Amino acid sequence: MKYIILLCLSLITTPVFAQSSDELATLRGGAISDEIKTARIAKVENYDIKRKRAYPMQPPTIPHKIDGYQVDLRVNRCMACHSRRVTQATQAPMVSVTHYMDRDGNFLADVSPRRYFCQQCHVVQTDANPLLVNEFVDIDELLRAESAGDQ
Amino acid sequence: MKKLKALALKYWRVISKPSVHYSLGVLAFGGFLMGIIFWGGFNTAMELTNTETFCTSCHENIYEELQSTIHFTNRSGVRAICSSCHVPHDWTDKIARKMQASKEVFAWITGTISTPEKFEARRLALAEHEWHRLKANDSLECRNCHEFDYMDFTRQSKRAVDRHSTALAGGEKTCIDCHKGIAHRLPDMTGVDMAGMQ
Repeated sequence: MKYIILLCLSLITTPVFAQSSDELATLRGGAISDEIKTARIAKVENYDIKRKRAYPMQPPTIPHKIDGYQVDLRVNRCMACHSRRVTQATQAPMVSVTHYMDRDGNFLADVSPRRYFCQQCHVVQTDANPLLVNEFVDIDELLRAESAGDQ
Repeated sequence: MKKLKALALKYWRVISKPSVHYSLGVLAFGGFLMGIIFWGGFNTAMELTNTETFCTSCHENIYEELQSTIHFTNRSGVRAICSSCHVPHDWTDKIARKMQASKEVFAWITGTISTPEKFEARRLALAEHEWHRLKANDSLECRNCHEFDYMDFTRQSKRAVDRHSTALAGGEKTCIDCHKGIAHRLPDMTGVDMAGMQ
């Protein structure tokens, strides 16, 4: 999630940056004829350790690799472990009840089509160095700061 | 019928008579030489039907799907070709499978999967053949490379250890129960019991 926020931020800020700087003519970082040294592709975390959520409604991140997991019209590989039917055998967290609700709040037998594509919200985490400093502040910290200010 | 019998008898007389013109050495050596040629030729022909070019002449789209998976390209450069997983490695089993495959020649003649649309319609049935085959032989073709006895659980992720050290070790499950669709895209799994794929 952190990564997504960072990615969004970087997407928003980069064009501005590119326009304001005369030195940086391209996002590629060099002339087309130059061989650019690209950054190493970040490794996906695979520890199966749940990360803390930054806020209560945050979609939990995926604490394992999902290489080649097929999620399409034919099959949803994630649901092979995370669906209600199988969680006893897999001990994987069941997808939240909201995923079984349609937009009118009716509960369905299976995952609602609007919640079918897991990776729209849930993403893996990598060991990449953040491109920008994350200035997100936890609500607890905000509340603490506020109550400290009151006194 | 009488004519046929007479013909058979004539040939039997020729075969059962000792050779008049050729020495024993020539016959023995000739037999040896022909043995090499025929046996070698047979095996070469069979090897030919194990090559990727042969498989992909019909199953081309499947081959494209394989290319993005770990069984095609990976960090160490060891890779599986079609026959690594779909043809038994032991000679007798291999011959049995090849004889079975004569039905597939018929499918080729009639063109049952000659277009991507036809193939998609048959994909689940074809996949189920392979799942059943691997289930029946305890995922032998997986185990030809992925030998359970040599798995180092300390090098596996927690989830993998949880599954491998219990259901797989106890023999209740075999590789294919969970590892479906690892080298190709899965067919439409509606109605297929996914409970095994954990």
